[in-house]
Amino acid sequence: MSGRCGASLAGLTKRFGETTVLRGIDLCVEPGECVAVIGPSGTGKSTLLRCWNFLERAQAGRVQIGDLSVDAAAATRAEVLAMRRRTSFVFQSYALFANKTARQNIAEGLTVVRGMPQAQADARAMSILRDIGLADRADAYPSNLSGGQQQRIGIARAMALDADLMLLDEPTSALDPEWVGEVLALMRRVAEAGQTMVVVTHEMQFAREIANRVVFMDGGVIVEEGPPERIFSDPTDPRTRAFLQRVL
Amino acid sequence: MIDLDYMAGLVPVILRFVPLTFGMAVGSMIGALVLAAVLAVIRVLRIPVAHQAAGVFISFFRGTPLLVQLFLFYYGLPQAIPAFVAIDGVTAAMLGLTLHFAAYMAESLRGAILGVARDQWEAARAVGMTEGQTMRRIILPQAARVFAPTMVNYFVDILKSTSLAFTLGVTEMMGAAQKEAAGSFRYLESFLVVAIIYWIMVEVLSRVQAWLERRTERRATGGTRA
Ligand SMILES: Nc1ncnc2c1ncn2[C@@H]1O[C@H](COP(=O)(O)OP(=O)(O)O)[C@@H](O)[C@H]1O
Ligand SMILES: [Mg+2]
Repeated sequence: MSGRCGASLAGLTKRFGETTVLRGIDLCVEPGECVAVIGPSGTGKSTLLRCWNFLERAQAGRVQIGDLSVDAAAATRAEVLAMRRRTSFVFQSYALFANKTARQNIAEGLTVVRGMPQAQADARAMSILRDIGLADRADAYPSNLSGGQQQRIGIARAMALDADLMLLDEPTSALDPEWVGEVLALMRRVAEAGQTMVVVTHEMQFAREIANRVVFMDGGVIVEEGPPERIFSDPTDPRTRAFLQRVL
Repeated sequence: MIDLDYMAGLVPVILRFVPLTFGMAVGSMIGALVLAAVLAVIRVLRIPVAHQAAGVFISFFRGTPLLVQLFLFYYGLPQAIPAFVAIDGVTAAMLGLTLHFAAYMAESLRGAILGVARDQWEAARAVGMTEGQTMRRIILPQAARVFAPTMVNYFVDILKSTSLAFTLGVTEMMGAAQKEAAGSFRYLESFLVVAIIYWIMVEVLSRVQAWLERRTERRATGGTRA
């Protein structure tokens, strides 16, 4: 699980009290790869992403990004921070900073975490906003933005960090149908720009067209993984077949 | 029965002490706010040892009368700590007011902090902020917005409570009225003047609070922002 992986999980085990949610997950993501994670709800997909950047603490396993590899259960505060600073995260609920404007949401991580001068961070935020067609909303607060706009800002906030690994947890699931298209289009652009990313998604179209690899999870394990063409046209595991039959 | 001319003559005399009363209140308010923020953050982050100490502090200052606390600081402390022998009434009163109201404000600020949505914490951590940065940049500003109208209530409480400084020999509004009354025997008029001046000050503050609340509401519902 070393060397070639841009980022990886090894033997990741996570319990909430008595219930085991992740049962020894092994996953290797190559640099520049876009991995789509699919599966029934309650299967541990969000938990998998959240253990990667330590929003949840796993009970066992290793987490690796680039040359940083840490024991998921025993990681120190400094290791947790270092791992978080190599990742960016896009939330299902957008989770934009409510007390910051769109521009500030994007610049915040650059100034506070990266120590970039304010003017430079603002310029970078504005350039991303222009790039994604939201320059005119730069000074709007999240409560004045549509769901689609909020999620695009959420993705922009992650893009600005230029992290080794971008984690996206069902970025379109909370959106009204009318906004899904614009968010998927932005995700496609991020993937095509070569960002290493792991996306939990219910958008099979995205998984099929954009992802380099599809991972099917069920019951806290990775049941099957492979290139989208194979997973969608010729799934080997009956659980994968049953799931795809339900959602397609 | 009521000597209105006497009252009218007394108003400017008492008004001269408004700056002292107001100054003590503002000073205590600032001290209490800073201390309350520290206590609330300690409680929310459950910092070991400090967390328990803050709990005892809050419990004591909420659990005992302000007047008893003021007497402890002014008359009691010098006996134990020689440095406090030189403490004057104004300082003792402000110290007492600060600690007393910090304890109350800490609890309500803690509530406001815990009221900030969980995903705000997670988003801040996810961009790589430390717990301190998360608190300072994201959580406290949002908690403060919720807390602002309540803050005016506390200020009103502090303002009224400064009258207790008179029991420590401070000549503030109440102390001045007491002196006047003792000379003229016009107790009703004297204390009525003090009451009315407090009342007007508090009314003005209530208007400020109503305005703050309207503004917060507008922001919460997504109106135009400053
Ligand atoms: N903080 C938590 N405390 C307790 N149980 C949790 C918590 N988070 C998730 N779970 C449980 O873990 C399981 C997996 O959840 P999740 O990772 O959100 O699944 P998915 O994203 O695949 O829908 C679910 O049964 C859920 O109820
Ligand atoms: Mg989920």
